[in-house]
Amino acid sequence: MAFRRAAETVVRVLITTSGWTAIAVLAAITVFLILNARQAISVVGLTKMLTGKLWYPTSTPPLFGFLPYIVASLRATFVALLVAVPLGVAAAVYISEFAGRRTKEVAKTIIEFMAAVPSVVYGLLAVAVAGPLVKEIFNLTSGLTILTAGLALGVMAVPTIVSISEDALHAVPDELRQGSLALGNTRWQTVQKVIVPSAASGIFASVMLGLGRAIGETMVVLMAAGNTMTLTWSLISSGRPMTAVMAGEMGETVQGGLHYSALFVVGLTLFLITFVINLAADTVLERQRVRWRR
Amino acid sequence: MKARIRRARLVETVMKTVTGAAAMLIIATAFALLGYLLYRGGPSITWEFLTAVPRKFMTEGGIWPAILGTLLLTFWTAVFALPVGVLAGVYLSEYAKRGLRTRLIRLSIANMAGVPSIVYGLFGYALFVIALKFKVSILSGSLTLACLTLPVIITATEEALRQVPSDLRQASLALGASRWRTTYKVILPAAAPGVVTGSILGLSRAAGETAPILFTAAFFSAPPASSVLDKTMALPYHIYIMATQPVKPAPGVVWGSALVLVAGISIVNIAAAAWRSRARKRIRW
Repeated sequence: MAFRRAAETVVRVLITTSGWTAIAVLAAITVFLILNARQAISVVGLTKMLTGKLWYPTSTPPLFGFLPYIVASLRATFVALLVAVPLGVAAAVYISEFAGRRTKEVAKTIIEFMAAVPSVVYGLLAVAVAGPLVKEIFNLTSGLTILTAGLALGVMAVPTIVSISEDALHAVPDELRQGSLALGNTRWQTVQKVIVPSAASGIFASVMLGLGRAIGETMVVLMAAGNTMTLTWSLISSGRPMTAVMAGEMGETVQGGLHYSALFVVGLTLFLITFVINLAADTVLERQRVRWRR
Repeated sequence: MKARIRRARLVETVMKTVTGAAAMLIIATAFALLGYLLYRGGPSITWEFLTAVPRKFMTEGGIWPAILGTLLLTFWTAVFALPVGVLAGVYLSEYAKRGLRTRLIRLSIANMAGVPSIVYGLFGYALFVIALKFKVSILSGSLTLACLTLPVIITATEEALRQVPSDLRQASLALGASRWRTTYKVILPAAAPGVVTGSILGLSRAAGETAPILFTAAFFSAPPASSVLDKTMALPYHIYIMATQPVKPAPGVVWGSALVLVAGISIVNIAAAAWRSRARKRIRW
């Protein structure tokens, strides 16, 4: 009996420790990013890096301004949302409110498939399919542009937006639906005036999570965005989002050097951006969860 | 009045068509994607392609070392992530009390799931490769991938455990079983289909990741690994390198590898989902 009780205690400690790993890992990520970014921040200065327009890590003196890369991230994400939000939310409305049971099952399976395709494969498809198309349509010398990468990012963000929006729409209590229909509203009027407003926070969260996914995606932009440092807001020119800078240069840096540390500053910046985005999405989702809890 | 009703009906038809078209477009995209992969990659798939080592600077022969590398990375990711992830899920569902502490843990999990994979790559490089001196190796890579997979496994486990009716829990506790015995003997077996399937989905995502292994495990050309401290080839990395090389290799290798990766992941996912729905039918409450 005593043995049993001791074993129970050991297990309890083990389980509680495991429960805390998420916090531990997240804290470790923060600590390691800051520790490694410190050198560049103190030598170059954070403002100078965030607002600098030139990134020449190997020139003398080296320059570490990554504003063009931040802008490139924003450009690619903008394209992605332009594609994924209307498409994803509309599809979620259809799947949740209009589709029959069979269609629903099929659509969900296919969207799960899309979510499971690795990013490097989307990158490959962007280079091989979207690239030539963009080049042809806009008469460019190279098809590797922010638009090309953004289109692929959009396709990748669709599963996130559809499934979370659909969950939110589905979570709206059926009484609201029935009530509206009983008052003589059509199905669409119900969707427009009752369902979507009730699920608005969930839909917002889905957009935020899609945004987080697009801005943090690496392989697609590394392969398809063209990798140039130009500072522009044009969507059909090439660019180099923050993720691509890290993935492209980390392998060549001297460990512990200034360039190495500067890449961690880029990583820390991206980490903070996605942290805020996720926090917003999670707060909104949590509020909705509390609201519909019955 | 009649005109208004007619208009409302017309709007309804239009909107149903528009939203339906959006759904159709997404489905069509998925099919086009799969079809294109089959069309470009299908001809490369031969027995030799799957089982032979590369020859002539990767332009000929097979991709076996890359397939093996991905299998090994995924296996070790499972070894590191599964126990901790499942126990953490148990903690949240069975042990944790509602309150600030639990809310904080949940928030961390949600945020971990949203951390960009390249940031995991940097973290893994700084911690496992450099600070812990594991070098660029299967060990470093799979530990990095384990961090990335952890939130998926925790969430899947917690959700599966929550779906087990509390009657079972209370009945077991009423018989005098301790909390852990109840979890171990009653709750976990009942929730197993959900836990296993969710974990497999998470692991298959890890198998397809490139960014986290760029500087922690992957190497362009390496012999099949003999220990966890070796660097390794991996399918996603192989696709990336072969697709972006200045000297274009035989495109068959690139598309063949992509098809193998997507097919492998899809088959595992479908098998897991099918198994879950069969197991669910067996366990009824």
